[in-house]
Amino acid sequence: MSYVPIDPGMLRGEIGMVTRPRRRWLPFSPWHLILMPIALIMLTPLWSMVATSLETLPQTRHFPPILWPGDFQWGNYPGTVRAADFGLWFWNTTVVTVSVVASNLLLCSLAGYAFARIRFLGRGVIYMVLLATLMVPLQVVLIPTFLVTKSLGLIDHLGALIVPNLANVFGIFMLTQFFRTLPLELEEAARMDGASRLGILFKIVLPLSMPALTTLAVVQFMWTWNDFLWPLVTLPFNEGAYTIQLGLMNFQGAHTVDWNYVMAGNVMSMMPMLLLFLAAQRWFIRGIATTGLKG
Amino acid sequence: MAGVTFEHVTKVYPGGTVAVEDLSLEVADGEFLILVGPSGCGKTTALRMVAGLEKISAGQVMVGDKVVNDVPPKDRDIAMVFQNYALYPHMSVERNLAFALRQRRMPRAEIDRRVGDVAEMLGMTELLKRRPGQLSGGQRQRVAMGRALVREPKAFLLDEPLSNLDAKLRVAMRAELGRLHNKLGITTVYVTHDQVEAMTLGDRIAVMSAGKLQQLGPPQEVYDHPANIFVAGFIGSPAMNLFKARASGGVVTAGELSLPASGVADGEVILGLRPEVLEPAGAGAQVALTMRVDVVEPLGDEVLVHGTVPGEAAESGAEEEDLGTLALVAEASRAPITVRLDPRTRPVPGDEIPLAVDALRVHLFDAISGAAMEIRAN
Repeated sequence: MSYVPIDPGMLRGEIGMVTRPRRRWLPFSPWHLILMPIALIMLTPLWSMVATSLETLPQTRHFPPILWPGDFQWGNYPGTVRAADFGLWFWNTTVVTVSVVASNLLLCSLAGYAFARIRFLGRGVIYMVLLATLMVPLQVVLIPTFLVTKSLGLIDHLGALIVPNLANVFGIFMLTQFFRTLPLELEEAARMDGASRLGILFKIVLPLSMPALTTLAVVQFMWTWNDFLWPLVTLPFNEGAYTIQLGLMNFQGAHTVDWNYVMAGNVMSMMPMLLLFLAAQRWFIRGIATTGLKG
Repeated sequence: MAGVTFEHVTKVYPGGTVAVEDLSLEVADGEFLILVGPSGCGKTTALRMVAGLEKISAGQVMVGDKVVNDVPPKDRDIAMVFQNYALYPHMSVERNLAFALRQRRMPRAEIDRRVGDVAEMLGMTELLKRRPGQLSGGQRQRVAMGRALVREPKAFLLDEPLSNLDAKLRVAMRAELGRLHNKLGITTVYVTHDQVEAMTLGDRIAVMSAGKLQQLGPPQEVYDHPANIFVAGFIGSPAMNLFKARASGGVVTAGELSLPASGVADGEVILGLRPEVLEPAGAGAQVALTMRVDVVEPLGDEVLVHGTVPGEAAESGAEEEDLGTLALVAEASRAPITVRLDPRTRPVPGDEIPLAVDALRVHLFDAISGAAMEIRAN
């Protein structure tokens, strides 16, 4: 019997086709001709931000914008840090973001598991009502939420940024959908092995839900880190509780704006998110692919 | 160890579907009982009720002499092997095996000892550090068995554990399961729809259909003396040939076949002939019926010949998707028949084969109730 090498095409279901190597007229897929210019367009604002952060002040005001400063002003970065209380803002934002992400992972997991697996009266209705709240824009609930936060005595306090965001419906929805895709037999096996409901959740379900949990963590991190409106509304007087986004606004003076400093601040504020995304990218993409959240 | 008892157990699902109806069954301590039946017959539901994964609508399930209706699964001291193994994919084989023991807060040394013993018994010591995703189907099956064994439970529940394996591996694992049971003697309830597993593994088999127990007994007895037409049609592969027949004056007639059957009341009956009770009529032998050959399946040690004979086919209710009576029968006046012949016989399609019947191994069933009828030898 002769040995027939397996063509990758066969694995893609193209069995029975003549296995002649496809002649390529480009060293890459033709799709790249469309995707690369789009990627370049997407990267332009990012590059513009980085470039501006390395320019002198007159260069930032040049028209057309200078996309390659030539003489890089690395000193803009320590200058920015010295010009404002960046360390405190970073610390405040980190405290808020870490608290919110951690509480969301915990509370959304608990709620999501209940909706996915526990039969209780009104489960379907409550789930629908929760989902319906996703359609209500932030502007509509801004004042009621502010009033509730105020009645809790949290205005001008970091708690104002944490407490109202301890759990969110998007996270519950996403984890419910993911938990439903896990085989029920695994949980039944764990029940027979002696695990409690919480034991099953923490020892079986959550370790198998890393893609969804990572996605939720990254998305929630991004939302909280970048949030501007809610901190602006709830931290009117206490500069000591400013987050990084609120602080960056301080750079924009009434008459002049030091764009090189603002952009250096922006680049620095973006770094944690960028690093998190790069670290979690593999899980993040799997999470989006498996929970049907791709838009 | 302990026996498992069903006492008038009924399971009704929300929506009114009756999955199991008034099931009474006793599995003795150390017995290997097979629950067998077609898809949807309630066998898996019955097993899940013992496991505690389904609530019991009525009746009692007992493990040993303790009623376990309201006992949570973890406190029943029963282990189950799932059809798709349900191994925890994020844990190594070792942690899979140890999971139940850790849940019970067993001392570390005892856990290590038991895991080591089971791994050695099942020949998977070198697999302990691997994850389920890195194992073959047979190895996963072994780990699933090991996970059940390591708990040293009172009883084992196995839900079609071999159905995901390829044919060759299934034969090997079947033998291994048998050996394991002989060695350990743990009470086992085994659900399958596979004929061969049912016949070879069990001390007794319980045939179920539509939620009801049809017959309970040792495999050979069920094969030789099916209690009703369903069991007759279900147990045995190829299935028993069933024909509509008429009893009159101590003689049963089906098409051209005519057999003595004293003690059978006159009226409509169903005649059952296992494929092996028919054989080519040698010179001088009495020809009972003539078969027209349609398809010949040489299997090496035997030849299965499918064809038709004059007469009308009867249905047992055990046919899955009418596979037994598909388009082979073009004429309404002919009934399909399958005969198991010696491998040296090699008929060709279109042949007419005269067949003789061993009259002592014929089955008769009531045409209305489907119950087996006793034939008195003349």
